[in-house]
Amino acid sequence: MADLLQFLMSGLTVGAVYALLALGFTIIFNASGVVNFAQGEFVMLGGMGTAFAIAAGLPVPLAALLAILGTAAVGVALNRLAIAPARGAPVVSLIIITIGAAIFLQGAAGLLFDKQIHRYPGFSGEAPLRLAGATLLPQSLWVMAGAALTFAALWLFFTRTLTGKAVLATANNPLAASLVGINTKAIMALSFGLSAAIGAVAGVLVTPITMTAYNTGVALALSGFAAAMLGGLGNPLGALAGGLLLGVLEALTAGYVSSQYKDAVSFILIILVLALMPQGLLGRKTTDRV
Amino acid sequence: MKPKHLSLLVLTLLVVAAPFFFPSGFYYRIGALIFINAIAVTGLVILIGYAGQISLGHAGFAGIGAYACALAPEHLGLPPVAAILLGTALSAALAWLVGKPILRLHGYYLGVATLGLGILISMVLSNEAQWTGGPDGIAVPDLGLRGLLRDLGWRIGAGELWYGLAGTVMILGAWLALNLFDSPTGRALRALHGSEVAARTMGIDVARHKLHAFVVSAVYASVSGSLLALMNRLITPDVAGFMHSVQMVTMAVLGGVGSVLGAIFGATILTALPQLLTVFHQYEHMVLGLVMILVMIFLPDGLLPSLMKRLRGRDGE
Amino acid sequence: MNTHKTLALAALLAALGAPAALAQIRIGATLAETGPAGALGDPEARTLRLLVEQINAAGGVLGEPLELVLYDDGGDPNNARTFATRLVEHDEVVAIIGGTTTGTSLAIRSVAEEEEIPFISLAGGIEIIDPVQPFTFKTPHTDRMACEKIFEDMQAQGIARIGMISGTDGFGASMRTQCLSVAEAYGITVAADESYAPGDADMVPQLTNIRNTEGLQAVLNPGFGAGPAIVTRNYRQLGIDLPLYQSHGVAGQAFIDLSGAENAEGVRLPGTALLIADQLAGDDAQREAVVAYRDAYVGRYNEPVSTFGGYAHDALAILVDALTRNGEADPDPVDLREAIEATSGLVGTTGIYSFSAEDHLGLDLSAFRLLEIRNGGWTPVQ
Repeated sequence: MADLLQFLMSGLTVGAVYALLALGFTIIFNASGVVNFAQGEFVMLGGMGTAFAIAAGLPVPLAALLAILGTAAVGVALNRLAIAPARGAPVVSLIIITIGAAIFLQGAAGLLFDKQIHRYPGFSGEAPLRLAGATLLPQSLWVMAGAALTFAALWLFFTRTLTGKAVLATANNPLAASLVGINTKAIMALSFGLSAAIGAVAGVLVTPITMTAYNTGVALALSGFAAAMLGGLGNPLGALAGGLLLGVLEALTAGYVSSQYKDAVSFILIILVLALMPQGLLGRKTTDRV
Repeated sequence: MKPKHLSLLVLTLLVVAAPFFFPSGFYYRIGALIFINAIAVTGLVILIGYAGQISLGHAGFAGIGAYACALAPEHLGLPPVAAILLGTALSAALAWLVGKPILRLHGYYLGVATLGLGILISMVLSNEAQWTGGPDGIAVPDLGLRGLLRDLGWRIGAGELWYGLAGTVMILGAWLALNLFDSPTGRALRALHGSEVAARTMGIDVARHKLHAFVVSAVYASVSGSLLALMNRLITPDVAGFMHSVQMVTMAVLGGVGSVLGAIFGATILTALPQLLTVFHQYEHMVLGLVMILVMIFLPDGLLPSLMKRLRGRDGE
Repeated sequence: MNTHKTLALAALLAALGAPAALAQIRIGATLAETGPAGALGDPEARTLRLLVEQINAAGGVLGEPLELVLYDDGGDPNNARTFATRLVEHDEVVAIIGGTTTGTSLAIRSVAEEEEIPFISLAGGIEIIDPVQPFTFKTPHTDRMACEKIFEDMQAQGIARIGMISGTDGFGASMRTQCLSVAEAYGITVAADESYAPGDADMVPQLTNIRNTEGLQAVLNPGFGAGPAIVTRNYRQLGIDLPLYQSHGVAGQAFIDLSGAENAEGVRLPGTALLIADQLAGDDAQREAVVAYRDAYVGRYNEPVSTFGGYAHDALAILVDALTRNGEADPDPVDLREAIEATSGLVGTTGIYSFSAEDHLGLDLSAFRLLEIRNGGWTPVQ
């Protein structure tokens, strides 16, 4: 029983990061129809930026804020320079553009920062907490709480603010949205900035646990993509469900079955789920336009 | 002359004439790598260009072809040529089995399903070390062709041999793909690329044709992987990795996925590019990323079609 | 003009950055500066660049400047083979250093053997030099030797039953295989055998299983990069109090910093003299070489030295020594190969190398030093 609890807590910590990644995918997909394979680079930039700002002597909250704002700016620039000019391009072209962006950002980070692995101390110390025979790092609570807060704040944003509703309207029907006077270009920029910031938040929170380096983005992007697709692309709740499910499943497989094949189980699950439910667990049904 | 025959003639002339301009033996290696990549990319033209489906996992089939050549001679006693055929049979069978359920998916959903398939294959190749040698790879037996030629009194360097062999297979592959384009199957694929619903109402068996395209492209990738393994005499799970899948798709789309020649041009550019980019040293990755982004934005049809359009436009003036 | 004056002039010209003389000695390298093994390849590349500059500033080799042609293969064997072909056929180098990983080293080896160009590998796999191939040498200890060094210490502690948790990357997987194959010879049973993938964030489930395995006396973690640091942190988090052994893959200050000194306290691993430069006895044969390299590297790049940079240092030292003994600025590859094979008593940072026709590694277990982390620093285990 203590083991199960231990595995679940590991899985929820990792799953919370996947959920934030998947949320980033979802926001950009809703705004632009693009699956952004550079999403993992935002997490890397958040972590690396914070690590270097702390090393330069800044207090942790300021360092984190700077890293998040800087990453958001990168997200806005990515939209302006690479995604917006390719509007209407087929899915394969968009995949290549965002993978190109990921390769570019990784190369730039290797130059701008360095090629070493970095980490900074957990925000509430490093002494493990004990809970019914299981142990938990205080930073894990930060990750879970951070993810919960982000999802809650975003829900409020989408349902209670005019700007948030404009984002949803644009996601549903860009043409209609622009007809009722919504500045869809600004909404695109906002979505990319927001998505990048969410990625950076995940990076800031998780670096004390997982560490970071200039080349960690691609693996993160793949996990986040898998989580987003599992939950159903375009649905924030699906992102949450997909992320947590994937994280817990990996931990349980590593604990009870085989640590070598723990990543395999998530991909087998994705193929099975998609074969039965082609829109993912919580995805919306779409009809083909003829 | 039909455009199909013109394409093949141009391709053959280029392959034959290029060595006269090679300053050193190293260029045979690059040439052979280009041809081997071009074989896989020709398969993607059938899948992406003709049928309009995407795959982010085709390197998995290259992995099957490659490891068939490493393992079948040792464990089954097959000669390497038979191992290539075994690899294609395995790849085709897997593509058929997995393709049935996942080809119902569209766009990104098909992307993630194929991505998962590729990752699963590379994971098995990496983890089952007692069979595959693990992440550091495994030695591949000699094809034996060079020895055979030597016995016949023809001494030829490994570089030259593989240049000729891979070039021949590539031209053969291009010929088959171009024939397919003009066949009823090719027309059906292009119809469903335009609109699946329209194709279905016209009585085309959409699912069957998509599956055919998927299986055929898997066979191309498998042959490409086999040749790579036999040429390098060593193979590692990288051949099945996600980045190799992305590389294949990028070659196809960058060059122009609508035509075989375009895709082969893309394979040429992207294979040669890292060799040219060594002058940028540490800026290499940034330049590569930029090239991918800029071509897709400014030349959305791919390099070769855009280039041809430019040339024709000038002729018209 | 006598030779001294020529040398002095050459050194002066090199120091002034005058155009290099016509007869340069070209040395080729293909390393994983980026990619999954970038943490290993980056210090190797930096070391080669630094040392070649130093050597040229001091007058070069045989009065000729060295030219380093270095490519980044990203750790991919197919790229490594292409770059090795380029080095031999296009750049016409006299020898190749490189192959950060065992996979890339094997790819380079087949080119080197076919084209008959001397090749010095920087990777750990024993299959690179066993069976011995005429043109291929290597500087690091083999994975098997690392396992033997660790098991020797376990045996001395009376440890007979251990758990292993290995990375699934080339380094971790290869060392895991070697350790499993030599464990029996040391009377050691591997009762738990877990693994993790290179990008994994958390190894708690695997370590929980190890903790639950009955009767374990120690845990061994073959791996490099962030993985072993996360393992070490999770190990302490779970409160496992068995001795923890790491591999030479993390023999560097970065491991202590990432794990946290308090978590890494008491961790043992096989390392080289490089990590304990200041604690070496005054008459230690390696002291001079180790301190000189460390000071130069830290002075230039302002980051701590790692064992991997040391492997590159030793490879270049062996090559320069062989070139000098061979005495020709445009050496015949076969002569150069023989000169390398005749290397004897060459002091490097990893150990003291003596090659022979049967031994292309030239190190024994004595060059490995078992180290323990104490108070955030390295201490040799007596």
